[in-house]
Amino acid sequence: MSPVIRLLAQRISLGLLLLFFVSVLIFAGTIILPGDVAQSILGQSATPEALANLRREMGLNDPPVQRYFAWLGGVLQGDLGTSLTSGRDIASSMGSRLQNTLFLAFWAALISVPLAIFLGLLAVRYRDRWPDKLISGVTLASISVPEFLIAYVVMFFLGVKFRLLNPTAIGFRPDADIFAKLEMIALPVLVLTLVILAHMMRMTRAAILNVMQSAYIETAELKGLTMFKIIWRHAFPNSIAPVVNVVMLNLAYLVVGVVVIEVVFVYPGMGQYLVDHVSKRDVPVVQACGLVFAAVYIGLNLVADIVSILTNPRLRHPK
Amino acid sequence: MSSDTLVKVRGLKIGATVYPPDAAPHDIDIVHGVDFELERGKVLGLIGESGAGKSTIGLATMAYGRGGVKITGGEVWINGRDILKSRLRDVRRLRGGEVTYVSQSAAASFNPAKKIMDQVVEASVEHGKFSRRKAEKRAVELFRKLGLPEPDKIGNRYPHQVSGGQLQRCMTALALCPEPELVVFDEPTTALDVTTQIDVLMAIKEAIRDTGVAAIYITHDLAVVAQVSDDIMVLKMGEKVEYGTAEQIINAPREEYTKALVSVRSIEHEEKVPSPEPVLRCQNITARYTGTNFDVLHNVSVDLSPGQTLAVVGESGSGKSTLARVITGLLPPSTGRIEFAGRTLAPDLPSRSREDLRELQMIYQMADVAMNPRQTVGTIIGRPLEFYFGMRGEKKRKRIQELLDQIEMGAGFIDRYPAELSGGQKQRVCIARALAADPKLIICDEVTSALDPLVADGILKLLLNLQKVENVAYLFITHDLATVRAIADSIAVMYQGKVVRYGTKSEVMSPPFDDYTDLLLSSVPEMKLGWLEEVIANRKMESAGN
Repeated sequence: MSPVIRLLAQRISLGLLLLFFVSVLIFAGTIILPGDVAQSILGQSATPEALANLRREMGLNDPPVQRYFAWLGGVLQGDLGTSLTSGRDIASSMGSRLQNTLFLAFWAALISVPLAIFLGLLAVRYRDRWPDKLISGVTLASISVPEFLIAYVVMFFLGVKFRLLNPTAIGFRPDADIFAKLEMIALPVLVLTLVILAHMMRMTRAAILNVMQSAYIETAELKGLTMFKIIWRHAFPNSIAPVVNVVMLNLAYLVVGVVVIEVVFVYPGMGQYLVDHVSKRDVPVVQACGLVFAAVYIGLNLVADIVSILTNPRLRHPK
Repeated sequence: MSSDTLVKVRGLKIGATVYPPDAAPHDIDIVHGVDFELERGKVLGLIGESGAGKSTIGLATMAYGRGGVKITGGEVWINGRDILKSRLRDVRRLRGGEVTYVSQSAAASFNPAKKIMDQVVEASVEHGKFSRRKAEKRAVELFRKLGLPEPDKIGNRYPHQVSGGQLQRCMTALALCPEPELVVFDEPTTALDVTTQIDVLMAIKEAIRDTGVAAIYITHDLAVVAQVSDDIMVLKMGEKVEYGTAEQIINAPREEYTKALVSVRSIEHEEKVPSPEPVLRCQNITARYTGTNFDVLHNVSVDLSPGQTLAVVGESGSGKSTLARVITGLLPPSTGRIEFAGRTLAPDLPSRSREDLRELQMIYQMADVAMNPRQTVGTIIGRPLEFYFGMRGEKKRKRIQELLDQIEMGAGFIDRYPAELSGGQKQRVCIARALAADPKLIICDEVTSALDPLVADGILKLLLNLQKVENVAYLFITHDLATVRAIADSIAVMYQGKVVRYGTKSEVMSPPFDDYTDLLLSSVPEMKLGWLEEVIANRKMESAGN
């Protein structure tokens, strides 16, 4: 078996194993939490008999291990359980929310990743000159300001004062046509881009500068190539691995960490869904969200690992 | 300027800004006004020790300064044009088109993420010299001319898939591909084994002859440069010492410094008779690294008498450093036994006693990475005194001073940091640290390979003197046969993990030779014009590096 395939198989199985442990943690965590599901459904005035009945019905008296495997078995078959508060199937109600979140994340990523890499290349090209300092300064400022503040500032100026874009995403309909949808999410995408740009741009800059010290960059310089060709052809291919790692971490943030932005812009995504149900103590929904977030995180990091392996010529082309 | 003159350098001055730890940044001069000329199709050798400015001068012919180096004055005329006054665009067209460069380490100078062919033809295509297809055809021809295996296919490989010697030839092909007027060879064979070196040297020499290109050949090894150059310029501290034809420099050097370079490595060492009670006895050592399925050492047996030197010679990959790792306990052998000072040593490091550790010390090739840069010389040498002998305070300080005297460095060095020392001084401090433990055996792993010839000579003389005084034995690992002649009492020649020849120095160095020892001995460059052709003509065996 080629070493690449072995390494990939190793990474993927490790990822699955990790996901399994996370599911145990999520389940154990929600069990340890104080409070009683039956109590919270029936309210403070419920009779002890009613509580006992409900507990039996929901299987809450079974040993935790048995309940865990019942839950896991359901999850593996696509059944995430039913919401305690609404009584609806979690998988289907979460499905549309997840789609919305992915829609927002996709557009934010599509703009910010190429932009960050381009700005990183530009910063290296004009290292320590004004373009580099400007790029670093602006991105550093945007990462330092809390995202909700940026969101409100942007909303105030672009949405309210100059009325260029929709101030909130409150009118977002998943079945609307693509341009209407894009118009709705323009501001959240802008804010998310500002928030994640700095990380990726700075990592691109640092990774390429690191490679620029190598002897083969000198070789390229002595071939008479222009600086931008040296960076693009010789430095960038060798700095993909660290850049992809940061890109993936930021993409994971786009899915998992956008709670604040979704709340600020009233966008019907996963974040809002989670926050709503945490406040209602809807444990099955919280569990399901936790699991989905974990899967996204592990999955994207797995992609980063795989890309690093595939971009390493020593692994791709063994002796 | 005659019509045949390609390069004319006048009053070349090169400087750099230095940032010393305890002073303000200031500018220093590296090259103080150098003149030379080079005709088309001729080869000029630049020779000198590190810091002589030879690479810096070579790169100046491409109007390039490495790191913070800046060309501060003078003229560099190439093809009738002063390139120091040219615009950046014209300089770029010159680099990789008219003038090309072959670096010391091809392994580092090739981009690991790109195929060899892409990198070899890049400059030719970029400068519009050839179309991609024509350039590739020319590259294959060059691969063939340079004696690379499978010239049609080697371009499709990645740099890590070919050996060091082959990569150095690929780099030469890269430099010759755009049909340049001048190639700067910067120590192109220094990082190679001796047996590989002569093949590459020969390939370079033939390629220069066949393509009629002019070349600047930079090296610290006068014997090497004598084989390829028409003229030689000797440099020291950025100044010209002597400049003449190769024949004059080698056969009739005028300056003292050149004479010293020509006669370097003439240490005479009378071999001692082996004692019946060796201090170190390795018996049938076989070893492999964990996770691999082949033996790096096969059945190695050698003895070393007290107060004597056993030289272990071989090319990279021959297992000589692995032998040192086995003896020090870093790599427990799979079979075999090590006797040391009359007792059997535990195979692995953790089970050895402190006394075992004290009596067996090591000195390494890279002195600067073998020392903590944040500790003073006094702390570095004092550490074994504390650790093994519990010395403190005044007593320790006195002993450190004695040790510094022994390595011919004054007490003034006691509070210095490694960064403030020269390469030779650093290695001396490492020797003092090993001596501080009062060992019976010191393993010296390529301790002079990273040093300039004259400095290395000083270190070897010091080691020999210390051996006389302290009666310490050396296990001397090296790939350099000149060093072996200078220091060894007995020699073990290693090849592919086996000892192929072993005995006293006079036995090993006198015929009849086995094929490998013959190859090794004949590959050491001699200070003689025409030596290269002679050797190639008389070879019996191919070197392993090909």
